[in-house]
Amino acid sequence: MKNADADTYMSAILTIAEKPTAKPAADLKHGSGDKRFKILEVHMKKHQFKQDALIEVLHKAQELFGYLEDDVLLFVAHHLKLPPSRVYGVATFYHFFTLKPQGEHTCVVCLGTACYVKGADKVVAAVEQLTKIKPGETTPDNKVSLLTARCIGACGIAPAVTYDGQVAAKQTPEATVARVKSWMGI
Amino acid sequence: MQIEDLKALAEKHKSSRKKITMRACMSAGCMSSRADVIKKNLETAVKEQGLEVAVEVRRVGCMGFCGQGPLIGVDGLSAKEKLFEFVKPDDASAIVGSLKGGKCDVQVGNPDHPFFAKQFKIVRANGGIIDPERIDDYIAIGGYTALHQVLTEMQPAQVVDEVTKSGLRGRGGAGFPTGLKWGTVAKSPGAKKYIICNGDEGDPGAFMDRSVLESDPHLVLEGMAIAAYAVGADQGFLYVRAEYPLAISRLQTAIKQAKQLGLLGSGIFETPFNFNVDIRIGAGAFVCGEETALMASVEGKRGTPRPRPPFPAASGLFGCPTLINNVETFANITAIINRGGEWYAGIGTEKSKGTKVFALTGKISNNGLIEVPMGIPLRQIIMEMGGGAPDGRQVKSVQTGGPSGGCIPAAYLDTPVDYESLGKLGSIMGSGGMVVMDDTTNMVEIAKFYMEFCKDESCGKCIPCRAGTAQMENLLNKIIARQATARDLAKLEELCDMVKNTSLCGLGQTAPNPVLSTLKYFRSEYEELLQPDKFGPRANPTETVTK
Repeated sequence: MKNADADTYMSAILTIAEKPTAKPAADLKHGSGDKRFKILEVHMKKHQFKQDALIEVLHKAQELFGYLEDDVLLFVAHHLKLPPSRVYGVATFYHFFTLKPQGEHTCVVCLGTACYVKGADKVVAAVEQLTKIKPGETTPDNKVSLLTARCIGACGIAPAVTYDGQVAAKQTPEATVARVKSWMGI
Repeated sequence: MQIEDLKALAEKHKSSRKKITMRACMSAGCMSSRADVIKKNLETAVKEQGLEVAVEVRRVGCMGFCGQGPLIGVDGLSAKEKLFEFVKPDDASAIVGSLKGGKCDVQVGNPDHPFFAKQFKIVRANGGIIDPERIDDYIAIGGYTALHQVLTEMQPAQVVDEVTKSGLRGRGGAGFPTGLKWGTVAKSPGAKKYIICNGDEGDPGAFMDRSVLESDPHLVLEGMAIAAYAVGADQGFLYVRAEYPLAISRLQTAIKQAKQLGLLGSGIFETPFNFNVDIRIGAGAFVCGEETALMASVEGKRGTPRPRPPFPAASGLFGCPTLINNVETFANITAIINRGGEWYAGIGTEKSKGTKVFALTGKISNNGLIEVPMGIPLRQIIMEMGGGAPDGRQVKSVQTGGPSGGCIPAAYLDTPVDYESLGKLGSIMGSGGMVVMDDTTNMVEIAKFYMEFCKDESCGKCIPCRAGTAQMENLLNKIIARQATARDLAKLEELCDMVKNTSLCGLGQTAPNPVLSTLKYFRSEYEELLQPDKFGPRANPTETVTK
C-alpha cells in the first residue's frame, strides 16, 4: 500500500463494504479513481465474473499494476465473489505473482538445469556482488530488481537472462554486470 | 466450411507460393538474438535487390538447431535446403545477394549432419517449415483433413481403437497408454466432459512443448479436437506456462483463425460436433504439471494435488470426466489418423512406439531439439547427433527426466532410449529433457540443485514432501560443506526411501531420484566429502532411530 494513502484505502474499503450484495456492477468504482481498476473490471466482465478465471484476472492485474497490492486483491475478491483469503492464497501460491513492487528494471536470471550447468549460478553471484541484493530483492534506490526463474525454456541458448522482458542469449557474468551497471548509472 | 472449401483454400495458398523461400526462425530462442530484425532486413534486402517475384521471406517456428541460432533456411535454390547459422541483422543483404551467386561469409550448416540426418519427424514435421501465425500455411500441408476424416467417416470408438492400435503412450513422462486413457474417458458416464492439454512444461532443461506450441499450434488444436470427438467432450482447455509468452500469443492467434474458418466452435464441418478451446495461463508452479494439481489450477485454485482415485477420467475438472494429455501426445494424433495406427506402431520398440522429441542441452556441442524413433541408443543421440562434450572434455553423465529423473553415467550410453530401459537405470523418460554433464561437473552439487528445486516447488500439502525435501537439502548442504559423516549419508538414504514411498503426488515420489541415481553411480563423490565420525561407526544406523 505504498502508493495509496490511508484515506484512499479506507474509502475504497467503504465503497466495497457499502454494496456487499450489489451486482458485479458497472456503477461500482474503486475509491481511488484509478482508471486501471476500471480496465481490470472490464477484463473480469469478459470472463463473466467467473470464479475459475481468478488466475487470468490476477495476471491482468499484475500486468496493469506491476504487482498485486492488498487493494487490488480485495477488489478482485469482491468482484468475483470470492473470500479474500482464497484470492490471497492463490496470489501467494504461484511464483509468478508478486506482492511487492518491482524496481525500475528487472534482471531475471534463468536457473534451469541447462543454464545452471553452464554457469548461471556465477551470473547470479556476480550480480549479487555488484548490487548487494539477493534474488527476489530490489536495490534501495528502486532501480534494479534481481530475480531468478525456474527455466524459461530457452535451454538451447543457455545461460539465458531476461532483461526487462527481453531474453538475451549466452550470457556471461561480465555481460550481465555491464548491463546492470548501465541501469544503475555507474 | 466443408472439405471442398478446405481443399480450395489449400490450393489457393499453394499457388501463391514463390520459387525460393527464405525461412526465418522466429522461435523464442532465435528471437532473443533479434530474429525479428533479421526477418525485416531480409524483406528489405529482397525488395532492394529486385527479387520480390521469385523470393518470399517466411516466418517459421523452431528449426531445432537452437545453439547455432538465429537460423535462416533457404529452399528452392538447390536440391537440398541451405541453412545459414549465427545470422546477424547486418548479414541480411549478403544472404539475399548469395541467392544470385554473390559472396556471403555467413556460416553455412551441413544438412547431412547426423543432427538432422538421424531425425525422424512426426511431431516436429512442420516445425521450421510453416508459418505458425497463418492457418492457410497449415491447411496447405493437409491440415485439418484428419479432423474431417474423423468427423465424417469414423465413429468415436473407431478413433479410440486407432489410437490404441498405434501403441502411443503419454509423452508427459509417465507413459500411460493413450488409447486406454481415451477409452476410459469415453466410457465414463456424464453429459459434460472436458479435454485438457498439459502445456505446463516445468522440467528445467526441457523445451519441446514450447517449440511445438510456437511452431505448429494448429497441430495441437487439431489433435485436441479429434480427442474431443473420440471421448464426447465439447470444451477444451490449453494450460500453458506464463513463462512462454510467445507460445500463448501464437495459440491465441491460432484459435481465433480456426474459429473464423469454422474449424473450432459449433457445427464443425457441418456436423453436429462442437468444440471450443480456452487458454489457461499458468503462474509458475512446477507441481501444476501433476494432473490433479493442474485441474485445480484451471479451476482458479491453488495448484495442490489430491489423492487418486477418483481419477480424472471418472471425476476431473469441475467434477466431470476429463481427458488430460501432454502437448506432444496430442501432436501425434493427426499423423496416427492420417497414416493409420499400424504405421505408427511400426516405429520404435515393442513397448515404446513412435518417436520422441528431446531437448539436448548442457555441456554438449550441438544444442537443440531432436525427434528420434524410440529405442535409439543414447550414445547415438549424445555422441553422434549432439557431437559429445565441447572443448575436448568427456561426457560424464546424462540427466533425463528433470527433477523427477536421474543421472545416467557415460558407461550406460549404449542403453536404448525407451520407457522401460531408462526406468531400469533409475531414471525416467520424462518429458524429454536431456542435460549433458561433462567431467568438470560435481554430481553432489547437481543432486543439491534438484533437491533445492523440489523443496521450492513442493506445494506443502503433504508432510513427507514438504519437510522431507527440506531436510534432504540440509543434509546435502552439510555434505558439500564437508561437515557430514557416514551417519548423515545413511540418514539421507533413509529419507530418500521415506519421501519416495509416502508422498502424495509424483513430485514427492520422484524428488529423491536425482539423489538416489547419483548415489548409485557416483557414490565415491559423496564419500570423498565425508568426515570421520567422532563417535565411531554405528552397526546399523536405522536401528537407533527406530528405538
